[in-house]
Amino acid sequence: MSATATSRNGHSTNPVGDGRLHRDEEPNGSGWPGRLLRALADQITQRVPPADLDERDPDYIREALPGLWLLSSLWFRGEVRGLGNIPEEGPVLLVGNHSGGNLSPDTTVFTLAFSAYFGVERRFYQLAHNLVLSWPGLGFLRKFGTVAASPANAERALRSGAAVLVYPGGDHEVHRPSWQSARVDFAGRKGFLRLALEHDVPIVPVVSIGGQETALFLSRGESLSRLLGLDRLLRLKVLPISLAVPWGLNVGDFLGHLPLPAKITIEALPPIRLRDEFGPEPDVDEAYDHVIRLMQETLDALAAERRLPLIG
Amino acid sequence: MRVGATIEVGAPPAAVWEQITDASRYLHFMHGVTRWEVADDRSPGLGARYRMLMRVGSAEIGGLIEVVEWEEECDLAWTSVTGIDQRGRWRLRALDGGRTHVELRLAYGVAGSGLLGWLAEQVGAPTVRGHLRRSLQQLKRQVEHEQLRRQAAKRRSQREVSAARPAPGNGTSDGS
Repeated sequence: MSATATSRNGHSTNPVGDGRLHRDEEPNGSGWPGRLLRALADQITQRVPPADLDERDPDYIREALPGLWLLSSLWFRGEVRGLGNIPEEGPVLLVGNHSGGNLSPDTTVFTLAFSAYFGVERRFYQLAHNLVLSWPGLGFLRKFGTVAASPANAERALRSGAAVLVYPGGDHEVHRPSWQSARVDFAGRKGFLRLALEHDVPIVPVVSIGGQETALFLSRGESLSRLLGLDRLLRLKVLPISLAVPWGLNVGDFLGHLPLPAKITIEALPPIRLRDEFGPEPDVDEAYDHVIRLMQETLDALAAERRLPLIG
Repeated sequence: MRVGATIEVGAPPAAVWEQITDASRYLHFMHGVTRWEVADDRSPGLGARYRMLMRVGSAEIGGLIEVVEWEEECDLAWTSVTGIDQRGRWRLRALDGGRTHVELRLAYGVAGSGLLGWLAEQVGAPTVRGHLRRSLQQLKRQVEHEQLRRQAAKRRSQREVSAARPAPGNGTSDGS
């Protein structure tokens, strides 16, 4: 099975928010490195679990909340504001800016805050990169409601009336250099808007800061990823380079790292109902600019509150 | 984990009871509480449900609660329906001189959460205890303030009544 085929959970490997389709090309480099990478890609694609929404387990989440609370309160000193802006019931698309490398603390802090605020009974799914879901030892994420990011999965989740958290910026944004910490960068990915329009659900922007201070992110390593053909094989357009504990120089961040205890502040903004604000046939580009501007303004305000890196 | 706080209020139990049975006042005197709202159509009493949240650490914690004990001007207890496990209780006891001994207790935890759950309870306890203590101080201030206003209003009406009397030279004796 090639990486661009439809996987067994019924979704194509084209991520949400990425409007581009991948052509069925051979990865760079024939010979054994190419074959090895292809084999690895096949392994990973096969390991992506079927998106069974029923795998989410409220009892498991409830029992895990104290651990999450300790991590979120003591290590990240998390602060989540504006949860009251999220509609009390019904499907909603939570759109976040993504920070912190492969171990993104925003997701931890937000999942705890959301589950505590609305109760574990409220259906809540997070869309994640295939690699995250197929990585050994991360299977527990599925019990939290993490499913592979694909239009089909998002559609299924929204149709079930759930709140769905997406990070359109994905790997591009999460590995941005640390000095771009206060920048919202969705790389022009507008899939989330089409999703919201198609299902007529409100968008709640969720803006967070602090994640990019959990390590010193130096570069996305996009050219390195292209050179190795990872972009086509694993949907990985980046091969991030960072200075992180305990590795020192950390290339790829595949084994994760120990995130530094940076203060994480998250703010949920009032819901945006696209058809109310932009008419019955909203222009996706205009809506995109609007959402990005709102999020960037909030992120600027959150950045202005911070006095020192890490400490907040 | 069970935490509690007590205070003595310079007003009779009825005045305190009035405050603690009115959901709309909780946000005014409960410290750290970010939400306390009626969750069903029942009037206050046994079986009434509320949705409450208290900020502890990085999250707002709470859930749906139901009143399971309602003894007028004496005891009010609730237990959780959803959210973290909790039992709460107001205990009002009349003291001499129209004063009231008020106790607020809260037992909380997450069944099945193991060692981390125990640790989280311990770490969160000082914050919760602080919230309860400050809540009682604010309750005391509010109840006593209302008590004073009520007494003043009573005196005022007495004055007005006596002033309305035709008999001259009947000045009020209190100077307030």
